[in-house]
Amino acid sequence: MTWVPFARRRALRFVTSLWVLVTAAFLMIHLIPGDPVRESLGLAAPPDLVAARRAALGLDDPLPVQYWHYLSGLFRGEFGTSLVSGTPVASLIGDRLPATVQLAVLAFLVVVVVAVPVGVGMAVLTRGGRRRGGELAFTSSSVVLAAVPEFLLAVGLVSLFAVQLGLFPVAGDDAAGSWVLPVLALAIGPAAVLARIVRVELLSVLGNDYVRTARAKRLPSRLVYVRHALPNAVTATLTLGGMMLAALVAGTVLVENVFAWPGLGSTIVGSIQQKDYPAVQGIVLVYGAGVLLVNLVVDVVLALLDPRSTIREA
Amino acid sequence: MSELVFTGVTVRFGHRTAVDDVSLTVPSGQVVGLVGESGSGKSTLAATAVGLRKPTSGHVRADGKVQMVFQDPYSSLDPRMSIGNSIAEAMPRGTNRKAEVARLLELVNLDPGRAADLPARLSGGQRQRVALARALAGRPKVVIADEITSALDVSVQGAVLNLVRDLQRQLGLSMLFISHNLAVVRYVSDRIAVMKDGRIVEEGPAARVLDHPGHEYTRALLAAAPRRTTRLEAS
Amino acid sequence: MRRLTVLRSPVGAASAVLLVVLVLLAVFAPLLWGDRAAAIDTDAIGQGPSAEHLLGTDQLGRDIFYRVLVATRLTIGLALLATLIGVVTGLVLGSVPAVLPRWAARVVTSAVNIAVAFPGLLLALFFAVIFGTGTTGAVLAIGFAIAPSFARLTQTLTASVSGRDFIAAARVCGVGGFRILTRHVLPNIAEPLVVNATLAAGSALTAFAGLSFLGIGVQAPSYDWGRLLGEGLNRIYVTPAPALGAAVAVVVAGLAFNLFGEAAAAGHRQRTRAVTGETPHPAGEGPHDGLLTVRNLRVTFPGGVEPVRGVSFTVHDGEMIGVVGESGSGKSLTALAVSRLVEHPGTVTADTLAFNGKPLHETKDQELGTRLAMVFQDPTTSFNPTQRIGRQLAEVSEVHQGMSRKAALRKAADRLGAVRIPEPEHRTGQYPHEFSGGMRQRAMIAMGLMGEPQLVIADEPTTALDVTVQQEVLRLLAQIRHDRSAAVLLISHDITVVAQTCDRVLVMYAGRIVEELPTDELFEAARHPYTTALLKAVPDMDTDRDAPLAVIPGRPPEPGEIGPGCPFAPRCPLADEQCRTEEPDLTTLRDGHRVACWKSESELAGVR
Repeated sequence: MTWVPFARRRALRFVTSLWVLVTAAFLMIHLIPGDPVRESLGLAAPPDLVAARRAALGLDDPLPVQYWHYLSGLFRGEFGTSLVSGTPVASLIGDRLPATVQLAVLAFLVVVVVAVPVGVGMAVLTRGGRRRGGELAFTSSSVVLAAVPEFLLAVGLVSLFAVQLGLFPVAGDDAAGSWVLPVLALAIGPAAVLARIVRVELLSVLGNDYVRTARAKRLPSRLVYVRHALPNAVTATLTLGGMMLAALVAGTVLVENVFAWPGLGSTIVGSIQQKDYPAVQGIVLVYGAGVLLVNLVVDVVLALLDPRSTIREA
Repeated sequence: MSELVFTGVTVRFGHRTAVDDVSLTVPSGQVVGLVGESGSGKSTLAATAVGLRKPTSGHVRADGKVQMVFQDPYSSLDPRMSIGNSIAEAMPRGTNRKAEVARLLELVNLDPGRAADLPARLSGGQRQRVALARALAGRPKVVIADEITSALDVSVQGAVLNLVRDLQRQLGLSMLFISHNLAVVRYVSDRIAVMKDGRIVEEGPAARVLDHPGHEYTRALLAAAPRRTTRLEAS
Repeated sequence: MRRLTVLRSPVGAASAVLLVVLVLLAVFAPLLWGDRAAAIDTDAIGQGPSAEHLLGTDQLGRDIFYRVLVATRLTIGLALLATLIGVVTGLVLGSVPAVLPRWAARVVTSAVNIAVAFPGLLLALFFAVIFGTGTTGAVLAIGFAIAPSFARLTQTLTASVSGRDFIAAARVCGVGGFRILTRHVLPNIAEPLVVNATLAAGSALTAFAGLSFLGIGVQAPSYDWGRLLGEGLNRIYVTPAPALGAAVAVVVAGLAFNLFGEAAAAGHRQRTRAVTGETPHPAGEGPHDGLLTVRNLRVTFPGGVEPVRGVSFTVHDGEMIGVVGESGSGKSLTALAVSRLVEHPGTVTADTLAFNGKPLHETKDQELGTRLAMVFQDPTTSFNPTQRIGRQLAEVSEVHQGMSRKAALRKAADRLGAVRIPEPEHRTGQYPHEFSGGMRQRAMIAMGLMGEPQLVIADEPTTALDVTVQQEVLRLLAQIRHDRSAAVLLISHDITVVAQTCDRVLVMYAGRIVEELPTDELFEAARHPYTTALLKAVPDMDTDRDAPLAVIPGRPPEPGEIGPGCPFAPRCPLADEQCRTEEPDLTTLRDGHRVACWKSESELAGVR
């Protein structure tokens, strides 16, 4: 089989992307116009404090040396020290990461559980141009839902279900019901998009010759869908769905800020505003690595489902 | 004189050799038919003659301009450009474009009044005539026809073949006529070359190749070509 | 005219109206209401909605309703500016690889590939850190965040257009690279690019709102919708109205861009896609003789198009029948109709459509699945690419014959062997793409042999194959017929293929059978002017090389173009007034020979 070259190629791409990400995160500090330390401490900061910070951050070393220190630090699991709190960024991330991961994973499960059956159902109902009205209603409502930005949705959900109806807590992650609104705010938009993608992909697969072959074999329509149409629709859906999952990871930033969710998203915005660059650097790195990991998993699943994709993709 | 001469042409894609050390001459004013199955390297060889592909080694020499007509008339005309403009684009500088377009459309039996039409308004056979007119607009000495009838309806194919033969004789063109259909190649060609796995396995005057095939593969092709007189029975 | 198709759909028209309103607001609102939006009223600080202030007032007593209207200019302007930056950067990144040296092109392409994997918001945050918080930073951040996906789009579109023959043709004609780009490539990719730019503008708008909401977008004293929203959100739990105005504006404007883009994209797809559908329709009944009895078969599509217009024929046990016709003659649709595979919205009707003496629509799937085998034109696309060949064969026996998976797989290997595929056991474990074209077609036939086929319907089974392979497949069909006395219905555009293999030929033209006769007599006794013209027009290995080929003027009609009269009349040398006004029926000339033509046999024989 073609597994070995596929694995080698894919691993190489993952490593390259990771390297690009790390380098971009490293360069971020150096691309900021002016002195990042002065930017962060404010113009009124005493020069000796600035100098001491610069030395502590190693900013006075030549760029390649800094790069080396940065890379070797990462291998030891060190992300630097926060300019604001003085604590290691790694422990900050360690505190905040689980809440974000839980939120993203839960939202993704909701997206899949809702969108796939809805998309498949709509495809079956509207195949071959049946039920134009239903198709129009589905398409336009999914476009509308997908167009509402998640933070607006979050605010809308809060004011309706938390403030007006008092069903769920307004913010935080302490109470049992506190999961519901953030997950919904995060999941509704992507679910609408994915349902549409599933429908369109399944419809296009249903038009393929091999589906006609399956029907010519007089298989029960359940088998035609489950064995022949769905696995092929999944491969196309996954490619787009993977990008969406990555976007969902990023969407946590906004939603966490609405719900004061104690995750990475609420931390990074505060760090950007306070110009706490090492913290921003570290968190960007974690988000980026998360996205790369999602893409890797998608590609591997794709390869398992569709034997051709190990050859095709190059 | 307007020969087209391939000398030791080899084309490789990565590790795969598509054309393997091919030497072939299209004599002046003659039609050489090139037969072979899909993947045998016919189209790649043609691409080297018009500069669409560089030979990995060997060279192609042509006296005068070389033009090409492609297989699929639905893909070979820009859907957003009028057929008149497509034809005019190929003309040398300083030509009276309008008059020349009209003349060429007339030459391929199309109404010159249709010059402003987009390809979408033409049938497959008509499009292939436009493609032929475009090839002729560059005043070529050598024309390469790559499977030009395989995308056409059978009842239309004959008219295009007649047109190609007439124009070739009338203008004294040298022509490399590529097809997988032996009957079509037989009808238009003076000489026939048989290609398999990137190599020319046999080449010679049409009558000789068809009546006394020298290569085993040519014999297989001849045996496989449908005939009116033979019936195919269960083996 | 084509561009206006967007406006014809209700969604497209509504979103276009919205976009016009937005542009008008962006231009005129600051001129009309700029002063009212800036007027500070210390007596009316932080009010809720009232008749005087529709959406209430802010911390300085300014009217929020007018501020939302006035902010249209900055919001739309910034979104468009960011989109412009993104699109231009993307176009450059997407098209430079074509002119760069190969290694540099690869660097750019893989950089784009890596960047495109990251969500826009993450990229925007990254750039926001570099460019600093504020309007300029946000515009650049969002612009650069859009760029990678646009670069990727440009690359794919350019690659798909560059692969078409008309680009190669232009190059052969000596057209220069720049001119090819401007005259051939760009016009053909402009439409999807514009559609996607519209969609990108919509997401830039909401992304801006997001950044401003997070406090890293537009900074006071400037204000866009995002900023107004952020200010309103601080008190949303007290009075929702102030936030509502900006929120509605963001959603509506975002929707306007998105819906317009979607409508335009849908219009684009519609023009590039053919219609497909499903649902076999029960057909009528009548006298049953033969294995397959077809009387007055019609296939209609919505809009009155009828590609099959009253076809009648009978296939007897063990007979091999050829159906010949050009594209659009209705031959493939006839094959699908008699195998109950016509898809919605096509409708099949017939006076009789019976298989094995039973009306086809009453025949159980189990019987059709084992007694009727289908072979399609393109074996590459006719197998499910994600399943092993063995499984695809075996499922016929599992579903219809109740075999265990293991036994069915053994049978599949046995059948692959029967169509002379070497190492059949090993082959059952392979995927379709590991088979060659000819082997795939034999595997397709083997799939039909999983049951006990009485009828094999083969629709252009050799068209996609090489000549030498073609013959193997035809031989195989002949052998099945011989060994199992199964009947074969062979559909082909190639009259010589049919002549070589079949007992009888049905010649179809414009949705009807125009002639039916034994193949023995085809070359001597064919009478219909279309059949005889076809025989003369198609060169074969015995054609006279010195005479011009006979030419049939014109082209076959499309299903929608068929009027009254004989559809061949416009191309027929014998056509007279009657031919042009009245369509002839298929009438029996002598036993086994039927012709649909007004001309007498002697008249027809005269032109041969």
